[in-house]
Amino acid sequence: MNLHEYQAKAIFARYGIPTPSGMVVTSPQDAYDTARELEREVVIKAQVLCKGRGKAGGIRLARTADQVRQMTEAVLALTINGLPVHKVLVEQSADIHQEFYLGIHNDRAVEQPVITAATGGIGMSISASRQTGKLAREVIDPLLGLQDYQVRHLLVSLELPRPLWKPFGQIAHQLYRCFDENDALRAEIDPLALTRSGQFVALDGTLIVDDSALFRHPELADMRDLHAETPQEMRARALGLSYVPLDGEIGCVVNGAGLGMAVMDMLRAAAVRLGAPSVSLANFIDIGGGARADKVIAAAQIVTSQVGVRALLVSIFGGITRCDEVAHGVLQAINALHLHMPIVVRLAGTRAEQGRALLAAADLPNVQSVTSLTEATESAVRAVQENAQNGVAAQA
Amino acid sequence: MAWLPKRETRVLVQGISGREGAYHTEQMLAYGTQIVAGVTPGKGGEWLFARIPIFDSVREARHATGATVSVMFVPPRAAVDALYEAISAQLDLVVCITENIPVRDMLYVKRLLALSRTRLLGPSSPGLIVPDQIKLGIIPSQIVTSGSVGIVSRSSTLLYEVAEALSARGIGQRACIGLGGDTVSGTHFVDVLEFFEDDPYTERVVLIGEIGGVGEEQAARFIRERMTKPVVAYIVGKYSPKNQRMGHAGAIIEGEIGGYAEKAEALRQAGARLAESPEAIARLLA
Repeated sequence: MNLHEYQAKAIFARYGIPTPSGMVVTSPQDAYDTARELEREVVIKAQVLCKGRGKAGGIRLARTADQVRQMTEAVLALTINGLPVHKVLVEQSADIHQEFYLGIHNDRAVEQPVITAATGGIGMSISASRQTGKLAREVIDPLLGLQDYQVRHLLVSLELPRPLWKPFGQIAHQLYRCFDENDALRAEIDPLALTRSGQFVALDGTLIVDDSALFRHPELADMRDLHAETPQEMRARALGLSYVPLDGEIGCVVNGAGLGMAVMDMLRAAAVRLGAPSVSLANFIDIGGGARADKVIAAAQIVTSQVGVRALLVSIFGGITRCDEVAHGVLQAINALHLHMPIVVRLAGTRAEQGRALLAAADLPNVQSVTSLTEATESAVRAVQENAQNGVAAQA
Repeated sequence: MAWLPKRETRVLVQGISGREGAYHTEQMLAYGTQIVAGVTPGKGGEWLFARIPIFDSVREARHATGATVSVMFVPPRAAVDALYEAISAQLDLVVCITENIPVRDMLYVKRLLALSRTRLLGPSSPGLIVPDQIKLGIIPSQIVTSGSVGIVSRSSTLLYEVAEALSARGIGQRACIGLGGDTVSGTHFVDVLEFFEDDPYTERVVLIGEIGGVGEEQAARFIRERMTKPVVAYIVGKYSPKNQRMGHAGAIIEGEIGGYAEKAEALRQAGARLAESPEAIARLLA
């Protein structure tokens, strides 16, 4: 789970990491009131969970409280990468002398946390001179935690002046504690600014928390921004199903994420072979092992409700899952959801023949039952192609 | 490294009293796996199916029955404790079926594993099966046949797909091993490739990988430097968008790390044959 900047900074502050004074607001008037209590210029930052806020006009600098009000109104009216801005962070600006990057993440190769420090912000929001900057990494043994000597390695590599060692080192330790105690997958300060008056301050922050660990952090679980989720994502999460949104036109139900990716790849290849290279998956949902008919119905509802979905592809390999149960689910879903779109069902493994027999007996014109993945993906592409031609014919 | 269990291997099941634990214990027994004990804290002294004794701790179970391997169905919140317990009881192998174990817990488990004699397969693993000998976990037994192809996969369902496709074409398997799709795993491709390379009963190897992490790249290096047996590789996630988790916790391209092209290219250059679909694997092996 990705936290908003204002949430990440509030958590950083609890660990003693200096952050600019400010407040998150939802109205221009609150922004105005906040700005009147701040000194210096004020930064207004859209709180949306995506990259490219700056480019989209979601980060602005205001000189007066009146400007703050106007700009907040403008920022609250923005939609950035499809996400409407509901909250704005109003913050005191910093008089920046130098920028740093400080981040901790779990490294896949060593399977331990790694702390990275660099001169110049290296993140997306502030792409300072990364090439010319210095960069240092230390692998942290989780049994020991971040050690002082490791922090000294970073300081020396960055050629930080000695008077800055103590405050910088303190922030590194605070960030590691924050990372560790909150089950973070990633904690970043980018940029960590050194002001002209010689103070460090975290100007922007990222905190990604492990979804699997939220059971022991109810306060973090409550921070989830429900506005940032689509109805499909919300429903899938409520049902404990793993849902992957993509941007094509074929909704897909699978059992197993690996199978979902295999279908995604094979469908693209089939689309190219059949001369419709733009056809691709709209999403896939993993119903897991041993799913019953009701889960299949819920999954079909989620994937077909995504805007732009024109066909449904169900691909199941029955191990614990019984294919006849899946077939029942598909037939019930067609009834309950009034699905008229083309549906391709590929059943293999446990009780696949019984499942296929059920589909054949139902004898529905929009349902095609196939046995191989190649057939399944090709049939789904053809269904979308034909559907498109029929649509054109109907309009003419 | 002869860590692959055999017909005679004595096995205990952690979390044997739960619905999943009991169901799969029955399936494993039906396959002939020597399940000699169960562990469920608070249920010591009870019996499952009137033939498997249940103990309160792994240590007791091990002492009483001589079990050296555990299959774990413990829920995620209790999993880290159960893993510590299995490691401290010095088991040879723990097969962890549990999904959604917090990453931080696994970071600690990994460090303890490095200091111990225990091998961990998983978490989120379907387990392993040595056809006609032993099944540890939840791999459906009807899809495998005995033979000389070693299969190792991050994805469970693709492991099943490929095993069945091979069986259907008369290509039997030496062992089918599921690594699980998490970001932190006990066993990686390289560990299994090393076993297959040294194992006299394995003739050819199928590696089923996916985007995310560097396991496939490490496997490619191992294949190039050490392997003499032919490898067919299949990697999924070619069209995955960056920074999106593709259903498995570990299936995510993070910045420049974990993309399809690098993995496929590394494996190709190492001499592996690349399949474009599960169905193509049998053709490439034939």
